[in-house]
Amino acid sequence: MRRILFESLVRRPLTEAPPSKDEAMLAELGASVDRAARHRLGRSLSIREVDAGSCNGCELEIHALNNAFYDLERFGLHFVASPRHADVLLVTGPVTKNMREALERTYNATPDPKWVVAVGDCAMDGGIFAGSYACVGGVGEVIPVDLHIRGCPPSPTELLKGLLVLVEQ
Amino acid sequence: MAALIDRIEGRRVEGHRPWPRAMVSEQGWRAITSELSAGRLALLGLWGDSGCVHLAVLDEESGEIAVASFDCPQKQYPSVGAQHPPAIRLERALHDLYGIQAVGSPDTRTWLDLGFWDVRHPLGDQRKAGTERAPYPFLRTEGESLHEIAVGPVHAGIIEPGHFRFTANGETVARLEQRLGYVHKGIESLMAGAPLDKAARLAGRTSGDSTVAYAFAFARAVEAALDMTVPRRAVYLRALMAELERLANHFGDIGAICNDASFSLMHAHCGILREKTLRAANVCFGHRLMMDRVVPGGVANDLRPDGIPELRGLLSEIRQVFPSLVDLYDNTASLQDRTATTGILRGELARQFGAGGYVGRASNRSFDARKRPGYPPYDELDFEIAVLDAGDVNARVWVRIREVEQSLKLTDQILQRLPDGPIATAGTPVAGNTVEGLGLVESFRGDVLVWLRIEGDRIERCHLRDPSWFHWPLLEAVIEGNIVADFPLCNKSFNCSYSGHDL
Repeated sequence: MRRILFESLVRRPLTEAPPSKDEAMLAELGASVDRAARHRLGRSLSIREVDAGSCNGCELEIHALNNAFYDLERFGLHFVASPRHADVLLVTGPVTKNMREALERTYNATPDPKWVVAVGDCAMDGGIFAGSYACVGGVGEVIPVDLHIRGCPPSPTELLKGLLVLVEQ
Repeated sequence: MAALIDRIEGRRVEGHRPWPRAMVSEQGWRAITSELSAGRLALLGLWGDSGCVHLAVLDEESGEIAVASFDCPQKQYPSVGAQHPPAIRLERALHDLYGIQAVGSPDTRTWLDLGFWDVRHPLGDQRKAGTERAPYPFLRTEGESLHEIAVGPVHAGIIEPGHFRFTANGETVARLEQRLGYVHKGIESLMAGAPLDKAARLAGRTSGDSTVAYAFAFARAVEAALDMTVPRRAVYLRALMAELERLANHFGDIGAICNDASFSLMHAHCGILREKTLRAANVCFGHRLMMDRVVPGGVANDLRPDGIPELRGLLSEIRQVFPSLVDLYDNTASLQDRTATTGILRGELARQFGAGGYVGRASNRSFDARKRPGYPPYDELDFEIAVLDAGDVNARVWVRIREVEQSLKLTDQILQRLPDGPIATAGTPVAGNTVEGLGLVESFRGDVLVWLRIEGDRIERCHLRDPSWFHWPLLEAVIEGNIVADFPLCNKSFNCSYSGHDL
């Protein structure tokens, strides 16, 4: 173990430069994130991830944000275990009918001010699962969404761009 | 011994490939149930159709597969689960979706239908669901000083949703009962009537971590049904993707299991290997998870020219780094203290449930669909199946470690032998009459089964069975008598799919 730890100390870090801001996402975010609230939060955001029916593809890429390459915490963003600790809900999936109530309850348990980021093509409008008897079809149908990050699944870089917009805008 | 299909009394159905299907009488159905319960056959799947039910079974010795179908105009069939418990949840799901009842089943509670849908029996004779939701009766646990811990559906980590009801005596778990179905998306209803390309994309989103394996199994089922021959280059590229997917998932799992024992150093280093594998996949095929790359008839993308040096670099780096991580895992006493002898799955249970993947292979069940029944190109490649018998968390980690080594060996061989030529058949034939196909492909988690019926250029019916169907109930058995704090560790060592199971 000492050798591995030592090598980690002397090696160049793997962490890459943060990606540039995405203009289209800035526009979508619009007025929903107001300056005063940001000022009060002091540029640090706690994120609660909610899988509302995803195939698990989005979760895999959200997980990757915590690896050494993306190192999400350097931007003041970190994942928390409870909605009560969260500023942001990161919601994936076409919102299955079986998860609708759980999503609403998670949203209601999140203190204000709060933002909702819908991740992935399913979370936008149900994606490939739209029209099923078992899906509501889009996170926006259930709770108000402040930002969409598209992709199937979005890559960690795309996720990072979206989240950076959220804190820096 | 006679061929498996000859041991099944019934009328052969034409146009079912590559393994036979037969319509059986009630007597024939019961005979197969007895074979399952006696352990002479393993259960591969049990699913509904319009007016009938299908039962897929495997003869583990010969690797033969057969499907038995039973007509049920009265919407009833003799319960398989009554004799062979691994079928119970499949029967409950079948009833929820089709309204076809397993007579004599010991458990008639709903399974996927949690009472939130507008319709009941969405794939059978639909009827409008009532607005009243009946409370779900969890099994009772009786005894002194017991308390319940309810967890989920929204869990604390970045993971899929499901509900776990623990009954504990102090720190010790007396019973775990799972309640799943939260991510049920109705994939099989979306499959019905879908053109093949859309259906392939749906199959690839049944469980995102196994997207290659699902697309592979779906493609093989379509190709069997339509009697298509896939170009050799495509066959090899599929296996390349499947092994990259296996590597990425095993790295993720090995790290995450150690992380659940609070040993984050392994997690960090395995996370780097996983990320590098996904980046190599992106360079090779243009998508980190390789979604929609395996399609009926071949593959959608050829290996990009810079892919081969990228892969050789990846393989050499893994070979350089991974052994030191394995040493670290094996020589850290505090970590071994958590994983060794924790969450033991007995070999008999693994065999009874036909547990595939690392769950079965860590408990001495050597089944691997790549070897038996086997499919190309694995029949031309040299690799070994890692089998251990301790059945604990440690054994499930070690099976993954051995499988990483085998996947490296396989990837080497694939790169050496990669044939030239086309990557897909020219066009997909249109079925003149109704044809049926079955595919069984080894995902990182175990065998994925896809069964389908094609009419013309569309899917009429498609059933996808995740390996987790047989892992989830075993997790309930494994945690019994362990402490609550070891549940995350046991759970991660199984890493069952919610989405693949809930469908």
